[in-house]
Amino acid sequence: MGPLRAFAAAILSLAAAALPAAAQTPATESIQIGLSTDAISITAGFSGADLTIFGSLENPDPLIARQGRYDVIVVLEGPARPVVVRRKDRVLGVWINLESETFENVPVSYSVATTRPLQDITEPNSYKQLSLGASNLYMQPAEPSDSPITIEEFTSALRERKTATGLYSENVGGVQFLSQNLFRATVRLAPNIPVGTHKARAFLFKSGMFVKESSAQLEIRKSGFEQSIFRVAHDYSFLYGVFAVSLAMLTGWLGRIVFRKD
Amino acid sequence: MGIYLPIAEISVNVFVLLAMGAAVGFLSGMFGVGGGFLITPLLIFYNIPPAIAVATGANQVIASSFSGALSHFKRGTLDFKLGGVLLAGGIVGSTAGIYVFALLRRLGQLDLFISLLYVALLGTVGGLMLVESVNALRASRSGAAPVLKKSGQHNWIHRLPFKMRFRASKLFVSIIPVLGLGAAIGFLSSIMGVGGGFIMVPALIYLLKVPTNVVIGTSLFQIIFTSAYTTLVHATTNQTVDVILAFLLMAGGVAGAQYGAKAGQRLRGEQLRALLALLVLAVAIRLAIDLFVTPPNRYSLAGLT
Repeated sequence: MGPLRAFAAAILSLAAAALPAAAQTPATESIQIGLSTDAISITAGFSGADLTIFGSLENPDPLIARQGRYDVIVVLEGPARPVVVRRKDRVLGVWINLESETFENVPVSYSVATTRPLQDITEPNSYKQLSLGASNLYMQPAEPSDSPITIEEFTSALRERKTATGLYSENVGGVQFLSQNLFRATVRLAPNIPVGTHKARAFLFKSGMFVKESSAQLEIRKSGFEQSIFRVAHDYSFLYGVFAVSLAMLTGWLGRIVFRKD
Repeated sequence: MGIYLPIAEISVNVFVLLAMGAAVGFLSGMFGVGGGFLITPLLIFYNIPPAIAVATGANQVIASSFSGALSHFKRGTLDFKLGGVLLAGGIVGSTAGIYVFALLRRLGQLDLFISLLYVALLGTVGGLMLVESVNALRASRSGAAPVLKKSGQHNWIHRLPFKMRFRASKLFVSIIPVLGLGAAIGFLSSIMGVGGGFIMVPALIYLLKVPTNVVIGTSLFQIIFTSAYTTLVHATTNQTVDVILAFLLMAGGVAGAQYGAKAGQRLRGEQLRALLALLVLAVAIRLAIDLFVTPPNRYSLAGLT
């Protein structure tokens, strides 16, 4: 977009503000999403859930909206961590982890909700540019000097494993327009969703062109008795060990008293 | 009834774990073994990550050996001095084991190494026991008097230097094999989550010629401390001890052990050993099969540790 056209658009938007009834609404659509809470606590028995995110389109073109040419993709992305992918190979008949590839900053979870199938919304290239969708996420190998074929193989294995365990998911049709402005997105939270700061992002496409992005943060915490144990085991690991040993001795001693035979 | 294990991070059935603990407790009461060598593989079969199965197995072993050692302490069939020297070796072995454990985990070879050790050790011990007990059964059937071991016979172990006197065991022996045995058991304890009684008992009897009546008490005494040390170090360095899991196994275990001990009194020694040998071999074979069968997925993910 040249400076002249940007200037023209600015004028037009001024005009639109002044004259709301103007026939031509300028292309200043934007997208907003809202979360009802900025933190979710999940209990130990958590078996997965759907998270609903509401959002709105601002200044949509009614004509385009009516033709259904607005598309929204909502992503809930988990914290990024390094991951080692290992491959088992047969050595003398035994399956052994031989080859491995480490990737930096791999989102632990990645749930997508879309209005339509991804391939119908826009070109593969723009997904690549936006690094949008599980298959377009760039996985940074720790050793970029490894052969591209190997890296490609382990990258796809990483995606496949993540999808198989439900951490990477795609919910086609998970974004629905409730009115011209309002939409609702349903993203899946896997049972083994990691704790930490998750990022919800919404991408707006207009007739296959990317328009705008908006994001919000969501903290996922685990709560309950089991979680306290987990925290103690990590934060006070020595005391936890002492407790585990004492519990075992106590159980052994009580067992002798209760079932005493001699 | 499902329960979520905070460290293993999976949901399991409480009754399955209690039953597992009770079954192993029953067998350990019947055969007079700690049962760690059965608990860890069973947990692995139940999809508990091997690293957690091992550390939790070590924790569970404390309960059964503590309760057993108490009765031996009351009866005075426990050699504290011998146990103490074994323990000194055990601490060194366990520390080395924890280091190897963490290293293998980083290399992604821990699961394989645990399985291989189990297959090798259980296969050998089970095979030897089976041969020995079948021979004994045959001998008793043909009416021949069992060949008595000649006592007082000295082997190469008794020619080693640094001798020490162990009064309760009526033993005057070099401390080198005692420390070495303790270290080997400590190493296995931290890598396999076993108490090591099934190696310790025959080694004390046949190698060091410790009188049979103090063997079990002394072995249990040293196992308490070696596995307590192992549990502590696993908890601090790897955070792999799951107390909920350990408690369920212990609770089932102490109950099962009492009934097992009663049942054991009704069976004859050779039959008992043949049964235990078959059980040990079955676990070894099951673990071996898993090594050779094509895995459902060749790729696995792990965090950086």
